[in-house]
Amino acid sequence: MIFTIAGKELRTLFTSPLAWLVLTVVQVVLGYGFLKRLDDFLQVQSQLAQMASPPGITELVAAPTYATAAAMLLFAVPLLAMRMIAEERRNQTLTLLLSAPVSMSEIVLGKFAGLMSFLLIIVLLVLAMPLLLMTGTRLDFGLLAGLTLALLLLAASFSAVGLYASSLTAQPMAAALLGFGMLLAMLFMGETAGDSLRARGWQVPAAFAQVFSPLKNFEPLGRGIIDSYAIACSLLLTAAFLILAIRRLDGRRLRG
Amino acid sequence: MIGWLADEWRGSAKFPDAQCANAFIMSPILGIFDAYYKTACYKPSCYKPSYHKSAYHKPAYHKASCHPAIPLKTLMIPTDPALTICARGLSRRFGTHIAVKALDLDVRRGEVLGLLGPNGAGKTTTMQMLTGNLAPSAGEIRICDIDLLEKPTQAKARIGYLPETPPLYRELNVREYLDLAARLHRVPKAGRAAAVASAMARCGLTDTGRKLIGTLSKGYQQRVGIAQAIVHEPDVIILDEPTVGLDPNQILDIRALIRELGSKHSVILSTHILPEVEAVCDRVQIMHHGEVVFSNTIAGLRDLQRGRTVTISLHRPPDIHALRAIAGVAGVEAAGEGRFNIQFAPDSDPSEALVATAGANDWGLYQLTPAHSSLEDVFVQLTRQVEPS
Repeated sequence: MIFTIAGKELRTLFTSPLAWLVLTVVQVVLGYGFLKRLDDFLQVQSQLAQMASPPGITELVAAPTYATAAAMLLFAVPLLAMRMIAEERRNQTLTLLLSAPVSMSEIVLGKFAGLMSFLLIIVLLVLAMPLLLMTGTRLDFGLLAGLTLALLLLAASFSAVGLYASSLTAQPMAAALLGFGMLLAMLFMGETAGDSLRARGWQVPAAFAQVFSPLKNFEPLGRGIIDSYAIACSLLLTAAFLILAIRRLDGRRLRG
Repeated sequence: MIGWLADEWRGSAKFPDAQCANAFIMSPILGIFDAYYKTACYKPSCYKPSYHKSAYHKPAYHKASCHPAIPLKTLMIPTDPALTICARGLSRRFGTHIAVKALDLDVRRGEVLGLLGPNGAGKTTTMQMLTGNLAPSAGEIRICDIDLLEKPTQAKARIGYLPETPPLYRELNVREYLDLAARLHRVPKAGRAAAVASAMARCGLTDTGRKLIGTLSKGYQQRVGIAQAIVHEPDVIILDEPTVGLDPNQILDIRALIRELGSKHSVILSTHILPEVEAVCDRVQIMHHGEVVFSNTIAGLRDLQRGRTVTISLHRPPDIHALRAIAGVAGVEAAGEGRFNIQFAPDSDPSEALVATAGANDWGLYQLTPAHSSLEDVFVQLTRQVEPS
């Protein structure tokens, strides 16, 4: 059932111009950034060669591209997620899913899987760019794998937050703005709150605050460090918001 | 969670070819969500109706089903195998507003039930509750003897629902959409194409399979909506105003379709159009302010109301007392220009005597018509009479 719903989401996503526009814009921006970084790298390459342990091309070209991609997802995911629940509620098509013999968890997880498979396309396109460099140089595949995993985890937590925002209102635009606002608030507050808590020596609250700081969890993996706590935090954030979305939709059925 | 896994396992055994792999891979993941979710949401206190809430202690509510002292399980739910929908004491509140009060509803296989009522009577709310789109504040619903609130997935598989606004994805074509509906209703892969083709044929959509739903006219969209509700051959079909916005020919087609569906399945339909109910339904329930104020079969209605009043038109009207003198006439009211509304005494039909007397006395009788449809009489009488004072 989850795959049926995910397939339907993916199919309807690609019948709208929004999905194609998102793919285009993301790819143009990332492509430009990637080429610019590559150009810069080629210029400083001779100076880098004189350093004792110079940073490689993966670190200097691929990593910033992934960081840009993370920022692009911040805009793209709420826009894509608003279609999934808020727009279906406005068009009253959600009734088809609610009347079908499908549990609320399956509906939300199906939509999440649909959104994630679309984001997987973006991640693969991002990955394709550094992989092209394989033709001319040697890449740090460990770092590249870490970056890709980090971007996927980030996409998952953004999607969960976006879907929850989408379940809060029947106005798609409001849902997109709400999702965007929630993500931004989490980025800023998670960051500063975590830092100030740690500065006061409050380790446990600081560790808790890290759950709500998706970018902080992105960093270690983005540097090639497999930080299991950061991975756990990402997964926890994703699961928490998916459960909130399920509860929210079920609350509508219970309370009307 | 283990219980849930077992449920899922049994569920997948029922649809061996299609669901097995899906269930196997997804069980652990879903298990986590559902386990959480059950403890959080499906707690009896929140899922089951709250009988102890003070809003239900109003005198009108002291029916057995809502009384706090009587636990739900002791309610007498008949276990008739032909009974496809059985609802007892169904109530729904929205804040302080009570949309549906202690509604009882039974539909048997091969029966079409018409749900009538003025706007805001609670018809749509009732249908949303019967299809699991809205949880009732109190009461019990059984679909083919499966409790809708306890086993929503199993019960919903037996229901087809066409809401007021058909839930159509405008960007899919008709065939894709019906295929999706069939998948969602767990039609096994082997029979899916045939199920979609048969639903399209029954709703007259055979030539529109490749058209995008967004480009279809309102009437065809309505047909797609009905096709979506019947594609999985449900035992119960619930249609919320199925003929709204259709042209007269399409209305006749849809009525014929509903009659045909009603011969094999159970159908509940809501409508404002009274002749539609008389043409299509076997039984009618009239709702007003959230309560059932009338429930009878159409045949019973006809017997009850047969020829109660007629209007006659005479070229040469006699004195009104001459009409009153005819045996079986209870009352006569002059309507001007030689027309009279004649009320019959109970259990008598003086039409024949009326015609004979008119012929014998040369009154020039040229028209004799029943004044109202019987259902219209009942409807107007009940929904005006019960107006809160």
